[in-house]
Amino acid sequence: MLLPLRWINDYINIEDIDPVEFANRMTDSGTHIEEIEYRNIKGLVTGKVLTVDEHPDADKLSVTTVDIGGEELTIVCGAPNVEVDQIVPVATVGTVLPGDFEIKKAKVRGVESNGMICSLDELGYSQSVVPAEYREGIYVYSDDIPVGVDGSKALDLDFPILECEITPNRPDCLSMIGLAREVSATFDRDLDLPEEKFGGNDEDISDYFGGIEIETDNCNRFYARVLKDVVIEESPQWLQNRLMEAGIRPINNMVDLTNFVMLEYGQPTHAYDLTDLRDKRIKVYQAGDDEKFTTLDGVERTLSSEDMVIADGQGPIGIAGVMGGLDSEIKDDTTTILLEGASFDKSAVRHTSKRLGLRTEASSRFEKGVDPKLAKTAVDRIATLAEEIGAATLVGGSIDKIVEKREEYPVTVRIDKANQRLGIELSSDKMVKYLDRLGLSPVLEDDIITCTIPTFRPDISIEEDLIEEIGRLYGYNNIEPKPIVGAMTRGKLPKDRIVARKLKDSLRGLGFNELLTYSFISPSLFDKLDLPEDDIRREAVELINPLGEEFSVMRTTMMGNTLDVFAKNQNHNVDSMLAMEIGNIFSKDLTKDNLPTEWERLSIGGYGKDIDFYYLKESIEKSLHTLGIDSIDIRREENNGLFHPGRCGILSINGEDLGIIGEVHPTIMKNFDLKQRVVLGELDFDLIVENYTDEIEYQPLPKYPASDRDLAIIVDKSVLAKDIEQTAIDCSGDLLESFNVFDIYEGSQIPEDKKSIAFRMIFRDHKGTLKDETVNDIIKKIIARLEDDLDAVLRDQ
Amino acid sequence: MKEQIQHVKDSFIEEIEDINTLDKLDKIRVKYLGRSGLMTDVMKGMRDLDPKERPVIGKLSNEVSNFINERIDQTRESIQVKLLEQQLKDEVIDISLDQNRLKMGHDHPLIQTKEELENLFVAMGFSVLDGPEIESVANNFDLLNSPEDHPSRDLSDTFYIDDETLLRTHTSSVQIRAMKEYGAPLRMVSAGRTFRYDAVDATHSPMFHQMEGLVIDENISMANLIHSLDMFIREIFGPDIKTRYRPHHFPFTEPSIEVDVTCFSCHGEGCPSCGGTGWSMELLGAGMVHPKVLENCGIDPEKYSGFAFGMGIDRITMVKYGIDDIRYLFDNDNRFLSQF
Repeated sequence: MLLPLRWINDYINIEDIDPVEFANRMTDSGTHIEEIEYRNIKGLVTGKVLTVDEHPDADKLSVTTVDIGGEELTIVCGAPNVEVDQIVPVATVGTVLPGDFEIKKAKVRGVESNGMICSLDELGYSQSVVPAEYREGIYVYSDDIPVGVDGSKALDLDFPILECEITPNRPDCLSMIGLAREVSATFDRDLDLPEEKFGGNDEDISDYFGGIEIETDNCNRFYARVLKDVVIEESPQWLQNRLMEAGIRPINNMVDLTNFVMLEYGQPTHAYDLTDLRDKRIKVYQAGDDEKFTTLDGVERTLSSEDMVIADGQGPIGIAGVMGGLDSEIKDDTTTILLEGASFDKSAVRHTSKRLGLRTEASSRFEKGVDPKLAKTAVDRIATLAEEIGAATLVGGSIDKIVEKREEYPVTVRIDKANQRLGIELSSDKMVKYLDRLGLSPVLEDDIITCTIPTFRPDISIEEDLIEEIGRLYGYNNIEPKPIVGAMTRGKLPKDRIVARKLKDSLRGLGFNELLTYSFISPSLFDKLDLPEDDIRREAVELINPLGEEFSVMRTTMMGNTLDVFAKNQNHNVDSMLAMEIGNIFSKDLTKDNLPTEWERLSIGGYGKDIDFYYLKESIEKSLHTLGIDSIDIRREENNGLFHPGRCGILSINGEDLGIIGEVHPTIMKNFDLKQRVVLGELDFDLIVENYTDEIEYQPLPKYPASDRDLAIIVDKSVLAKDIEQTAIDCSGDLLESFNVFDIYEGSQIPEDKKSIAFRMIFRDHKGTLKDETVNDIIKKIIARLEDDLDAVLRDQ
Repeated sequence: MKEQIQHVKDSFIEEIEDINTLDKLDKIRVKYLGRSGLMTDVMKGMRDLDPKERPVIGKLSNEVSNFINERIDQTRESIQVKLLEQQLKDEVIDISLDQNRLKMGHDHPLIQTKEELENLFVAMGFSVLDGPEIESVANNFDLLNSPEDHPSRDLSDTFYIDDETLLRTHTSSVQIRAMKEYGAPLRMVSAGRTFRYDAVDATHSPMFHQMEGLVIDENISMANLIHSLDMFIREIFGPDIKTRYRPHHFPFTEPSIEVDVTCFSCHGEGCPSCGGTGWSMELLGAGMVHPKVLENCGIDPEKYSGFAFGMGIDRITMVKYGIDDIRYLFDNDNRFLSQF
């Protein structure tokens, strides 16, 4: 909302307040000033054009002499509309125009020019507020502006314009008078509001207009006046200036007046050409379904029973609170006008405006809420102003249909509660004073203040609302901060967050970067992952209004996200990457709260030199070890389409599946456009949390020496190292301290479907020195078992 | 004999001069002192000597043997010194070389910020709670006193699963869960993913992150809120930062405030990035919990009062690291991630 200080100054004297201080204090009291725009231009003066001659060497330029009050300047001007006797804005030499454009003495095609006659555009006005006639040329002041005075002041630009943020609870502040009330409360200065005049000639409105019927619950009030002998012309300059500085383009006197009063009071009104109103009657009702209507922007709209329309005796002439119709709008030859001031239900207007995709100044104000009292005030103000500027004659009498009157009501606040909530010690007198400055008519009795809430403040309904009013005038920055007094509490992290942080620490040490990917994904990822048609992961929770297919379902697996990240990085020529993310996946299964279930998962993987299945598996095992989880088992998984059938396994903890890890299947790599081989895993983080322990049982260091033995055996390629290890464990009781494979060989020395595995076993007895014979016996047993169970052949030593 | 011994000694002296390896030294030791070495050979002639001469010769031979031994030891030592010198010389490496054998990962900057914030509040006695990303309309809007026709409920603002279920638009829903579950008194924060219907651009993301804080107890006041926020803001942005508390409006707090801090670019002087005001806007929204919200969660608003605050973690992360485009946070470009 634009707040021109010049306009505010019409209602409350603020001339002596520095704009920065003004902005700060208004911000502190609740009107957030986001920007201060200084519009005055030093060196800009009003000048009278004395002569206009053609430029000797340029068709489109003229050479003018301009009287700027005691001095005559020769100025070369390129505007087509420059004429003798005009009063124009002249930027003298040395003036800096908006956009840091400094006026210098210059020769223009050989003719000396001592300044510039300016257009509104050059003076910093946005094209959107410049009246049509000045869009292509210089600005011309009205004739009564004296020569040689401050040109900015003559345009009302001598006060800055503030950009302010109005919160949705204060629609009353979307108006100059609403803001002036806030200024008055903030600075404790008196308001001088326009006198409410009714006016009118001896005739009565009924001579011109038949009446109003309201046949809907969404219209609370409809107030009408009639203007006759209307002369549509350009508005006086003060009116144009007011509109332009508030960001609205002047059109003609009647349109400008309705806009002016809308800005002044916040009440949108509508002016109908009464000649075009059939049967001279108005009816407000809910439209029929599929009823058609052409709004004044020339677009035919299809209405529904949710939309409220204004109709004359024959049919719709406007969509209530949104936009009028083409047929009854004010035209250049309009002579009789019906002014409408109405109060419409905010939700109803919002609904229609949204449904039709039609947002107007009127609808955006109605949907935030307008005080029904203003329907009359605004129309009377327009009508009397129209007479004052000589645009029309006001017909006596009015028609006012009120369905339900909004009444003032009391709200109370306790002194002690206000002080407690704010954490201050303010006297009741001070509180009363603040509330009084806000126009809330406070009355103090027995430490309770009773306020009478005016109709323009429906946001105030409970005690806390009044506490806020007191607080904001006291100033939150004036509240002395106080520590919370109360029982000491111990802050805690939930267990899963402790585990996540520890796990991330370990993985970070192992080189893994942490990812952050979206919770919603494209269902096309399921195809890229080659999930079977009946895979449960295709049953994703869907958004009914996604931003696009890309973000349309909640992920049921994080693997697609992670592979996308790898593909993107490979595409950026990142030659190696390790990455992990702990995040949620979602299932359609409902929780006891009737919400989709969310599970936490660890997605982990990588690609690049040295990053293979074993790197991933070991990283997982080592980092889970730091969480006290050692009992991790793996079994081969050959039938998961996402992974290489020979390089994939399912990890488990104590028999419960933890998740799958493996090298990504070449087909899937192609789907994701992965150039380098990728290893990937998705683990059940909830299971990790469940198995996490920070209890460590200390083992004393060995007192007796160990004995180590190496064996090399030839077995089928399908035999897993863990099967051999299990055999060794089975045969050696608790004497086997460690088992490590140190060489695997496949090749010409051994049969094609076989491999040679060499491993070292370390034996130790914690009760005494192991005898060679004992170890030899164990080795014999192991060899025998390996031969029997795994069809192993001992390699020549 | 004497001459013979002298001769052996002389030839040893001559020979050992050229010895420069341990191998050769060993050979020379064997040649002179070995079981069938030159000294042993010479000593074999002892048997034929006059018994009177034996002690003299014996003494001489001992002296020469000792001499040889000593010289061998000395030579060994000097060879070893030289060898070590040579070894050290040979083993000079290019210490500037990076082999990149080790990998070190990096936490995501946003999650780092989130965890730092959590740590801070844990130290201030707040417990960290989590809530689901998919929420009920009740927890996200209704119980937070959001008006039924509030624009934030529109399909153009909020992602819906169905009429009663949505992607939470703020972490304030966790307040409701916490109050319903634990009642008063309460001191909690909750940080996590939040979602709003915003197309992706440099400053918007349909998924972003918020942190919510809530304190409920007897006699909690605005003064307490301001104290807590001052403490926490100085902790993350440094002791020199200034705060400004502005009246604002939220449906779930009354009174409501927004908090500005001195502009991060100009430190309060006024610059284009702060619109000349010197303030960096809307770091945080806060206020006293609306009595209806307390009532909705079964807490007596006459007995208890509380404050709540919420802030954008994405924004704080971006300010902290000078990141000018929110998309970097969700792009997962390794070159970006590896900087943190």
